[in-house]
Amino acid sequence: MTRQIRVNGDPVPVAATTIAALLAEQGIDRTAKGVAVAVNGGVVRRAEWDETPVRDGDDIEIVRPFRGG
Amino acid sequence: MVAADDFEIAGRRFGSRLIMGSGGYPNQQVMLDALEASGTEVVTVSIRRVSLEGYSESMVDLIGSRYTLLPNTAGCESVRDAVLTAELAREALETDWVKLELIGDRETLMPDGIQLVEAAEQLVKSGFQVLPYCTDDPILCQRLVDVGSSAVMPLGSPIGSGMGICNPFNLEMIVRRSTVPVVCDAGIGTASDAAQALEIGCDAVMLNTAVSRSNDPVSMAAAMRRAVEAGRLAHRAGRIPRRRYAEPSSPQLGLIGS
Repeated sequence: MTRQIRVNGDPVPVAATTIAALLAEQGIDRTAKGVAVAVNGGVVRRAEWDETPVRDGDDIEIVRPFRGG
Repeated sequence: MVAADDFEIAGRRFGSRLIMGSGGYPNQQVMLDALEASGTEVVTVSIRRVSLEGYSESMVDLIGSRYTLLPNTAGCESVRDAVLTAELAREALETDWVKLELIGDRETLMPDGIQLVEAAEQLVKSGFQVLPYCTDDPILCQRLVDVGSSAVMPLGSPIGSGMGICNPFNLEMIVRRSTVPVVCDAGIGTASDAAQALEIGCDAVMLNTAVSRSNDPVSMAAAMRRAVEAGRLAHRAGRIPRRRYAEPSSPQLGLIGS
């Protein structure tokens, strides 16, 4: 069953039920250094990615460090 | 000759008083070479959404083992966004240090002092070492220190402007009153600007565009390194007082023909 969530501001249909599964579904290597995730404005720590559910309507941010001053 | 002196923020010591940004270089190799030439130990990075299409190389893998990465909240315009960005940065980089940037608008890129104090206070309470990028206002700097900031980063002039230090008197006043390190940030255009920041008494200088957008970033980075060292040495040595009239440096006695 797919649900509609927002990932980095864009509406995305997902089948994933956890953050870990969502990252896999979006092609993001969960072991890559520097990746961080927030769900509905709160950071979800890496150790909690396997257990944290993805719910219909969730607003999810996936970020990493880039160049900048 | 004065002894080499380290620079300390929130209990961490650094040999270099130059903090470098990592944005806007012509390519990755030039950035790596410029950072090396600058002698810096601390490099700022931004925190951005991953692109779901393309997946570029991680800054952590690229420079994370060689430099202390200092995440910024560049571009944030609200307390909420800045605080969340800092929290994401803490998770992403496993650091509780943040260069707090909260701009008032995208045209001037000037810091929003009112929101800045509020965000700094929240982050300090959450255990962050907060280094706020702020205007060169001694009172604002004081407020930022009052809420627990670990350093203050007053601007020399607007971000990327290369205008140098537009109000050295304000910066001097901030330095004289500050109980935390003062890092002059933004507006540096060339080496003499960086030297001036240290001469005034700033503990360090942070710059990016002056190096990354110069014609030869590696040479400019080397120039900045020397400028920061020269400025610091000059500050410690103590400049002579300014006077309005000439003062001979050769002896007055024993002139021939007198």
